[in-house]
Amino acid sequence: MVDAVFLALSVLTIGSAIVALEIRSLIYGSIALMLTLSGIAGFFLLLDAPFVAMFQLSVYVGSIAVLILFTVMLVRRELIFNKIEDKRRRYAGIGLMLALMLGIGMIIIGSGMKSIETNSPSVDYKKIGEDFLTYYSPALIVMALILASSVVGALTLARREDMTNDQRTD
Amino acid sequence: MTNELIDFVLVSVALLAIGIYGMSVKRNAIRMLFGIEMIINSANLNLVAFARFIPNSQGQTLALFSIAIAAAEVAVGLALVIVAYRMYKNIDIEDFRSLKG
Repeated sequence: MVDAVFLALSVLTIGSAIVALEIRSLIYGSIALMLTLSGIAGFFLLLDAPFVAMFQLSVYVGSIAVLILFTVMLVRRELIFNKIEDKRRRYAGIGLMLALMLGIGMIIIGSGMKSIETNSPSVDYKKIGEDFLTYYSPALIVMALILASSVVGALTLARREDMTNDQRTD
Repeated sequence: MTNELIDFVLVSVALLAIGIYGMSVKRNAIRMLFGIEMIINSANLNLVAFARFIPNSQGQTLALFSIAIAAAEVAVGLALVIVAYRMYKNIDIEDFRSLKG
């Protein structure tokens, strides 16, 4: 059985995901995406993973959503409110979405996953930190290098060559 | 714990389907990034849910790595959107035709 918190979180997550894709303004869309990501963080809290939930909040809601908001504000105004899509492609997409939901959902409901419950205690988050610093430390270093190189790559891509002298002289 | 594994997996499937819908229908580059974010988040939810019910700490570790890599991916993707917007003055992906040959 599901409880009320789970139900409210799933309605929030799925509803704001649909709103993020369908609302006219991209700014409200990115705020709805923020709500979806916060809902996922709530699911992580329900799953007794507070460390992952806080990481999700700080990385996704804190940095990625703000990055998307700033990018949206860099784009011209009429493009933010302009909705460009085919009618036929849209109906095909809705059909694909429903087929995926029903198909995979039926497969999962039909599988033996239904009776799985757990009473075992949750994993302590101190164990995760220990794992990060001992067994996964090479992977952690590689991840840091990937993050640094991606930030450098993003800066290089977004740099403007035609503005060599952008200091104001007034 | 009253919630079962299948509830979380069903929410994850719904989010995955919505993300695929957004990626296949929308022509706005930023909205396609929204769809990618939803797909990545449904994968993370699956990882943490299965890790809770095994129980095991490696699923949470993998989810943390996945979140960090997704942050890097979004940074590069938004930089690509900005470059394309500067070149074409548009964010409609059907206008990005110079790689088409």
